[in-house]
Amino acid sequence: MKLKKNHLYSLIAIAAFAVFALVGELFFDAFTLRIFNNCAIYIVLALSLNLLNGFTGLFSLGHAGFMAVGAYVCALLTMPPELKEMNYFLVPIVPWLKNLTLPFVPALIVAGLVSAFVGFLIGAPALRLRDDYLAIATLGFAEIIRVLITNLQSITNGAQGLKGLPRYSTTWVVWICAGLTVLFMVMLMRSSYGRSMKAVRDDEIAAEAMGINVFKVKVTSFTVSSFFAGIGGALLGHMITTIDPKMFTFMLTFNILLIVVLGGVGSITGSVVAAIAVTVLMEVLRFLDEPMNLIFVKTGGLPGLRMVVFSAMLMIVVIFRQRGLMGNREFSWNMVSGLRNAFVRKGAGGQDRGHSGHGGRDGHDGQGDGKSEGGHRG
Amino acid sequence: MTDRATESPREAIVAEIMLSTENLSMRFGGLTAVADLAISIEKNEIAGLIGPNGAGKTTAFNVITGMYRPSEGRVRYKGKDITGLKPHSITELGVARTFQNIRLFRDLTVLENVLVGCNMSIDTGIFGATLHLPGYLKKEKGARDFAMKLLESVGLAGQAGENAVSLPYGKQRRLEIVRALATKPTMLLLDEPAAGMNPQESVELMALIRRVRDEFDLTIFLIEHHMQVVMGVCDHMYVLDYGVTIAHGDPSSIQKNPKVIEAYLGVE
Repeated sequence: MKLKKNHLYSLIAIAAFAVFALVGELFFDAFTLRIFNNCAIYIVLALSLNLLNGFTGLFSLGHAGFMAVGAYVCALLTMPPELKEMNYFLVPIVPWLKNLTLPFVPALIVAGLVSAFVGFLIGAPALRLRDDYLAIATLGFAEIIRVLITNLQSITNGAQGLKGLPRYSTTWVVWICAGLTVLFMVMLMRSSYGRSMKAVRDDEIAAEAMGINVFKVKVTSFTVSSFFAGIGGALLGHMITTIDPKMFTFMLTFNILLIVVLGGVGSITGSVVAAIAVTVLMEVLRFLDEPMNLIFVKTGGLPGLRMVVFSAMLMIVVIFRQRGLMGNREFSWNMVSGLRNAFVRKGAGGQDRGHSGHGGRDGHDGQGDGKSEGGHRG
Repeated sequence: MTDRATESPREAIVAEIMLSTENLSMRFGGLTAVADLAISIEKNEIAGLIGPNGAGKTTAFNVITGMYRPSEGRVRYKGKDITGLKPHSITELGVARTFQNIRLFRDLTVLENVLVGCNMSIDTGIFGATLHLPGYLKKEKGARDFAMKLLESVGLAGQAGENAVSLPYGKQRRLEIVRALATKPTMLLLDEPAAGMNPQESVELMALIRRVRDEFDLTIFLIEHHMQVVMGVCDHMYVLDYGVTIAHGDPSSIQKNPKVIEAYLGVE
C-alpha cells in the first residue's frame, strides 16, 4: 500500500511539473524560459558526469570534449545544405557531409552514439590509469578533441564555428531528455550493473575478487557517460544555435563538476537539485558583475565576481559538507514523510521517534525540489 | 585427523587435488617474498597457511588469486593452469577469497554487498539490467533470495538493510565470508579471518568455517597468524618463514617441529 501511495505522489508530482512547464512555455519571457531550459540540459550533463565521478569513482575531466563531439555531430546532421554553404565560406565543407541531413531526434541519437564511441576509444587506454592520472589524461584528450575540431576546417569549419543552427531544443525536448536521463540513471543504479559500478568505486580490489571485470565496468561507465555528455552537448548547441570550439574549454567541464560536487558525489537527486540551483544562480547573480552603487563604495563593474561567489560556495561546501548537499542519498517520499513527522513532533512537544534531526534536515534539501525531481522521472 | 575422517568420508575414497602450486616464487625487486612454494590441497580439506609476520602468507594468496603475477612457477586449480589469469576470471572459475584488512563496499548495504557477489550470475548485459527486462528481474529475484538465505545462515539477515561498515567488527568479518560465498565458489581462501578477534570469537569463527565447509561442499585454505587458533580446525598446514616453506603436515606434527618453534619463538 505504501508503495502504491508513493507512486501516486510521483504521478501527481510529474503532472504538476508538466503543468508548470506548460505554463512556463506559454508565459515565461524568453530569458526566463532560456534559464528554465538550461536547467534541463545541465541536469543531463551533471548526471552523466556523476555517473563517472560519483558512481564509478572515476575522476574524469574530459566532459567538454564529449559534449563538443555531440554538439558538432548533431549540428552537422541537422543543418540544411544551404546553411552549411553559408557557414563554410573559408574552406568548403567535404562533399559527403554537405547533403547529409537527418531529422533532429535521429541526429540527436547519432550524436550521442558517436560521442559514446569516442568515449570508448579514449576510455579503453585512459582507464588503465587511476585517480589524478586519469583526470589529467582525460583533460588532455578533451583538449585534443578541441584542437582537432579547431583544425579540421573542412569538416567542422574550424574556429569560425557553426552559426544559425535550427533551434530544436524546445522546452519539451530538453525536459523530456532530462526526464529520460534521470529515469535511465535511477534504473541503472537500481540494477546489478549499478551495483557493480558502486562496488568498483568503493573497493576495486574487492570488486575484482567478487568476479567483477573491473576494467569492463569502467569502460562501460565511461561510454555511457560520454553518450549522455554528447546528448547534452547537442541540446546545448541547438539551444544557443551557435557552436564554436572555444565553447568547449575546461571551464565548461568545471561548471558541471561544480554542480556534481555541490549536489553530492553519487546522488542523482543531488545533481538534479544542484543543476537547477547553479544554473539559476549563475543568472541571478549576474548583477554582481555590473557596476554597483553600495552607498559608500561605487564599483565600476567587476566581470567575474559572480564566479568568486561560486568558488566561495564550493569551498564552503567542501569544508562543511564534504559529500555535497545530498551526500549519496536519494530523494524518496519516505524522506518527505520523515520530515513531516519531525515537524509534527516538534510542534507536539515530541513523543514519537520519527527521524533524527539530521535526517530531517537532509530531507529538507530533497523536499524543496521534490516536485521537479518527480517531474524528471516522467 | 580422526574428525577429518568422520566429517567427510568422501575424502577417503576420492582425493581430488583442488589447488596446487609448483615452485611458486614471487620477487619484488631484490626481495623474495615467496620462494618455491609447493602446496597441494585436497577436496573438502581445510588447509592452513601459517607463519610469523611478514612471512609472505598474504603474498602467496595474492599470487594464487591473480592479484600478482608470479615471478616463477605455476598455480593449478582442479588441474587447470590458472597462473596469470585476472582475479575476476579466477573467481569465475570458483575460487573466492576474503581480505586481511576487511574490504567491504563502504556505501552499500549489507544485502547489497552480498548481491555484488551474486552479480556474476545476473549477467544480462547493461541494457537488460537497466530496462529491468523480465529475464533480468527473474535472475535478480533469485539472487536476492539466495543472498538473504546466506545472510540468515550467519545471523546477519536482521541487518540486511544496514550500511555494511556500521556493523561491529566480528559481523563485518562474517559478512565478508558470506559475500565470498555468494560467488558460489568451490574453493574459499580466507586471509586471517580471525585477525583482531578474542580467543572466544576465534573459536566461534572456526566453528563457522567448518560448518560452511560442510554446508557448501567447499575446500578451504586459510591464513592464520596465531597457531593455536588453527590447530583445531586445519587438516593440513603449511608454515612459511621469510617466504620459505619450513614445514608442512598435520597440526600435531607442526606443533612439535623444532623449525616452527624456532620461527615463532626465536632461538636462544
